[in-house]
Amino acid sequence: MSAPSTRFDADARRVAADLRHRGIIQTAMAKYEVVRDQGKSWFQDWEGARDLAARTKLEAVGRLDTYLEQLVRNLEARGTRVHWAGDARQASEIIVGILREKNAKVVVKSKSMTTEEVHLNDAIEQAGCEVVESDLGEFIVQLRHEAPYHLVFPAMHLTRGEIRQTFEEKLRDAPSDDPEELTMVARRVLRRKYLQADVGITGANFAVADTGMISVTENEGNARLTAALPRTMITLVGIEKVLPHLDDLTLFLPMLAVMGTGQQLSCYNTMYGGPRQPGEADGPEEYHVVLLDNRRSALLADAELREALCCIRCGACLNVCPVFRNVGGHTYGTVYGGPIGAVITPHLRGLRDWQHLSYASSLCGACTETCPVKIDLPRHLLANRRTASRREPRWSHKIAFVLFAVAANSPALWTIATRLGRIGMRLRGLVNGTVLDPLRPWTRTRDLPPIAGQSFREWWKERGT
Amino acid sequence: MVEGTGDVSAREHVLTRVREALRATAHARGGAGLPTTADRRRVLPAVGATFDERVALFAMHAADLTATFIVLQDAGALTAELCALRDAGGWKRVAAHRGELAGGAARSLGLPILFTDDGYDTNDLERCDVGISECDALVAQTGSVVVTSRSAGGRALSCLPPHHVVIARRDQLVADLPAAFMVLSQKYGAGYPSMISFITGPSRTADIERSLVLGAHGPKRLTIFMV
Repeated sequence: MSAPSTRFDADARRVAADLRHRGIIQTAMAKYEVVRDQGKSWFQDWEGARDLAARTKLEAVGRLDTYLEQLVRNLEARGTRVHWAGDARQASEIIVGILREKNAKVVVKSKSMTTEEVHLNDAIEQAGCEVVESDLGEFIVQLRHEAPYHLVFPAMHLTRGEIRQTFEEKLRDAPSDDPEELTMVARRVLRRKYLQADVGITGANFAVADTGMISVTENEGNARLTAALPRTMITLVGIEKVLPHLDDLTLFLPMLAVMGTGQQLSCYNTMYGGPRQPGEADGPEEYHVVLLDNRRSALLADAELREALCCIRCGACLNVCPVFRNVGGHTYGTVYGGPIGAVITPHLRGLRDWQHLSYASSLCGACTETCPVKIDLPRHLLANRRTASRREPRWSHKIAFVLFAVAANSPALWTIATRLGRIGMRLRGLVNGTVLDPLRPWTRTRDLPPIAGQSFREWWKERGT
Repeated sequence: MVEGTGDVSAREHVLTRVREALRATAHARGGAGLPTTADRRRVLPAVGATFDERVALFAMHAADLTATFIVLQDAGALTAELCALRDAGGWKRVAAHRGELAGGAARSLGLPILFTDDGYDTNDLERCDVGISECDALVAQTGSVVVTSRSAGGRALSCLPPHHVVIARRDQLVADLPAAFMVLSQKYGAGYPSMISFITGPSRTADIERSLVLGAHGPKRLTIFMV
């Protein structure tokens, strides 16, 4: 077994048994479910909205080359400098290159999963710059040197007490564990950083081709300030974030808000179309947009899996997933957790190390039912399992299934096998629950149904006489 | 794999991979065509047909969002309301832009004013108690205020001070999100401002135990006057 899957097993076992963790997640998700359902009810036709959203995104990725070229043309027309990054390393190099050119000392960032994907903060720190996360949840996990727990709620696994303790240790400022007071501590600290920052870095929720705009959704105003105060602004965006028309946002902005946080619209939905234009009061002198592939084109090349590129990272599939709720966000060991993470991570980071995520699902289908762009996640998880067993076969499984097929094809062998099984079950009673039990890896977390005392054929024969 | 080095080769490298991926899967589904604005209007939240219904809907959203929404009869009433806010909030310094409504309102307060129009020192703006701006539209469907870097005194005026006061005209209230984008497209054509923001309530966060806190980074308070 490879290292990530070993870690996954160990962490899953530990977290699933952690009742305190379960309590925190269940409380948060109960609040989320109420507001999400209320949000859906505002729509005249939520199911119709999902159809339209899926259609729009499939069209966008289906003509990705055309829309990307249009996006870039329109961005460049108003003075934005566009860069292309084939992989994570190139993206970091491009951004660090801009920081060096600007002689940047302090960088503020607003929340972006794509920058997590390319490990941008490590690269910036290695280049000798200070980089500060400005989203409150991200700021908290950055202080704790942790990865974000969830696509939308990075610090949802922490209690106010733990956050207070973190602030006390790292900031020497934690008046109480009241969420409002803690938030105001972060506001004060980050205000100072905003006023010092040379460069602001954001992610993107959508990239609008027909007007050449980057759309950023947030609640705190931290992305607004990141895009307003520093003299240079950089946005890192995955190539799959393209939408054809500005008007498409009228559907996607409310849908993202409802599924992400249960709001009708997030507090700030902002479209950036370039650096400060002539006659404008403020804004960055330079705007750089970095378009990232990082194996998204490999997903695009798969006619089935392409659908996964429609994801708008609302986090709804994580929230409803019984596996995510039990094993928690950190157990996945990857930037994108939950069902969508289990689908795309093996393709972004390699099947050998990450195929086990395809099994972190009961295939219950709750994710597909909630997905605003109707991605058929369980189907892709099954496809991943098939691909993995073809490319990275596990010999123990293969042998077991060959033996099963031989026995199941021969009535005589089947009879012998079930009789032996019955004897085996009786013998197992002697070692049940001890380390000598050969079935222990299975029975530790599952029930083993007993083999019936009488087979159907035996019963039928008896009945006939 | 050959990696691009300069900008041009990196661009061609990514675009070639995208084109090859699309060519290899030309048989894949799609082609249902893009939805239209009318399609989207059929599914989005309903909005009443009359002006009064829209005002009522906007007021309801504003209340839910803990924004303050006040409909005024004339400019004199605006001055009185603003002075009451000034006294209650203990304002010492205001920021505004030189719009007809925002500039006039700021001057009526009798306080030092920072106008952002011609550039300003960020530290000065940070010390202001309130930012007064105009807007491009109010959206009844969502309770949103649409501002741009051109209509609202730049990018920071509506976000950096702890209180944002918006002054809108009655004819700026539109029904829904598609109508708001229509207004922007008619007003700016191809020359869109570098920033367009749909502001829906005061700044907020729920990152600590999912409990709501206002004023995370942006304004704690949002007051919208419609004259």
